[in-house]
Amino acid sequence: MHSLAQRVLRTEQLPFTFCPGCGDGIVVQMTARAIDELGILDRVCTLGGVGCSSWIATYFNVDFMKVPHGRALPAAMGLKLTNPERKVLVFTGDGDCVAIGGNHFIHAAHRNIDLAVIMLNNQIYGMTGGQVAPTTPAGAITVTSPYGKIEPPFDACELARAAGATFISRWTTAHPWQLLNAIKKAIQHPGFAFVEVVSPCPAQSGLYIQGSSDPVQLVEWMQQNYITQEEMDLLSPAEREGRTLVGDFLAAIRPEFAARTHELIDRLKEEK
Amino acid sequence: MATGGTIKIMQGNEACVEGALAAGCRFYTGYPIEPASEIAEGMARQLPPAGGIFVQMEDELASVIALVGASWGGWKAMTATSGPGFCLMQDGIGLAAITETPCVIVDVQRGGPASGQSTAPSQGDVFQARYGANGDYSLIALAPSTSQEMFEFTIKAFNLAERYRVPVIVLADEIVAHTRERVYIPPADQIAVVNRKQPAVPPAEFLTFKPDADGIPPMPAFNTGYKLCVISQVHNEKGFRAKGKEGAALIRRLTDKIEKNAGAICEVEELYTEDATTIVVCYGSVARCARRAVKDAREQGWKAGLLKLNTLWPFPAKQVKAVAARAQRILVPEMNIGRIALEVERASGGACEVIPLPKLDGKCHIPAEILAAIKGGCR
Repeated sequence: MHSLAQRVLRTEQLPFTFCPGCGDGIVVQMTARAIDELGILDRVCTLGGVGCSSWIATYFNVDFMKVPHGRALPAAMGLKLTNPERKVLVFTGDGDCVAIGGNHFIHAAHRNIDLAVIMLNNQIYGMTGGQVAPTTPAGAITVTSPYGKIEPPFDACELARAAGATFISRWTTAHPWQLLNAIKKAIQHPGFAFVEVVSPCPAQSGLYIQGSSDPVQLVEWMQQNYITQEEMDLLSPAEREGRTLVGDFLAAIRPEFAARTHELIDRLKEEK
Repeated sequence: MATGGTIKIMQGNEACVEGALAAGCRFYTGYPIEPASEIAEGMARQLPPAGGIFVQMEDELASVIALVGASWGGWKAMTATSGPGFCLMQDGIGLAAITETPCVIVDVQRGGPASGQSTAPSQGDVFQARYGANGDYSLIALAPSTSQEMFEFTIKAFNLAERYRVPVIVLADEIVAHTRERVYIPPADQIAVVNRKQPAVPPAEFLTFKPDADGIPPMPAFNTGYKLCVISQVHNEKGFRAKGKEGAALIRRLTDKIEKNAGAICEVEELYTEDATTIVVCYGSVARCARRAVKDAREQGWKAGLLKLNTLWPFPAKQVKAVAARAQRILVPEMNIGRIALEVERASGGACEVIPLPKLDGKCHIPAEILAAIKGGCR
């Protein structure tokens, strides 16, 4: 076994629950590298909600909590507030984060509480069998949008920005090194840090949306359609159509909720 | 009365805040709702100077889930709400039950389903408190009837939560919440406070959900070296997903640790039950009127008695069975359609007649109504 896995992973939980060709294992690896390189294993705890990607939280050799669908952020808040030194990492899926957990997402971002939230976006409800998600492209045919999805897809990064997140980044599992950097920055960022990771799902979104369950083709699909601003600038307006920006979009320093909460306690103690 | 301490005039909701602070609560998350708002307001004012944290959350779902996070952070945590919010909280109550997370939830009941009657008293959530979340589990629910009991039962709720690692519900109602009356607050050193037990084995040997002989696992806090696996799925002792016998063992234990300890958990108060032919079984603010009615009946020569249930869940079946064996009739006045009457009927096993006295109009019974029912043929 790789020495990184021996150091950072909860090896008794292996093998992974993920399907062949799933991108989630890449996020496990890049998070493990980030934790290892930052030397923070003892200060980390991880949380997940429900969905394939929420299981990522269970694979590290740290305290973890896996909670009902959509509810990881309030639990993470409880853990962060009770010890601001804790590095709290939340793994969530697109349905978990912006559908059933959407209100928690808006308010946690708005508070700018110091959490690193890694949202895996596979554009579909994978674990339950390929149902339409808020992130599914308009027109896509899934088992619960058999005549094509009517609504436009949700942009979780824009939602995070509007709500008040202070670190925002989007990469795909075809950009592993950029992703590693983004996860490290998110963990170190003193505020609500949001990293969206586009992750292929050969079994469901590949089959229903991208038209291929071949992992190699899905990596190529991500490379072609998820591009940086520099790559976007080289394209004509017609060529930009349907392509999505990746990159580190925002890193702003604004008052952080857990620190402010404890500052209040300290101030009131001094005044006594 | 013990010496020291203070006497204050306070409403039940204020007494609840005092009780929580005395029990060591240092974390409160909640969402505004009547008739529970004074608890949040009191906590917002008093927690930060006491080194605690108050956060007004986006909803009740978030409030109760945050308790689970905070409790695993090692802090004692509480929220308060009313029926509609309590309904939303069931998601997190199930989480607290399966992850054996100590926490306290106060439900100041109002009447009716959905938005209900926001400023009227009710006891309509007694079954929701017991059966509100999905699947099989057990928890503890207490029913205070005075401001003094709001203070004492809130402390008791924290102690039971810590002892049995379970969510504990304080089932108050609008009358108890808003009635201003005398509360005696003992000095801090005279208040018994229970804290969750810690592992007796080194971290390498520790399994997150391995119970001790009493059926309850020790509970260290996060980031203290135990590599905790806290999971909302049915799990084995390690905290990994489990099915079959391992899964069944967990569900059995979650239930047994409460139901088999009912003897130690359940508290009732009895008045004139020894020779009574008619017993009034009651709880919460209805007990105030029932007590008056029973005393009046005795003065008028009727053999009436009172069994006040301080604990609603686990149900004090043994105590009910004992009085049912001696009595001819049991009256159950309650501000709902007759819920606990069903439990009384079950516990009494046909030993005597059980007569529900339901009340649904957003008002409490008056003593005369209960007295009339007592006089309805029990001499």
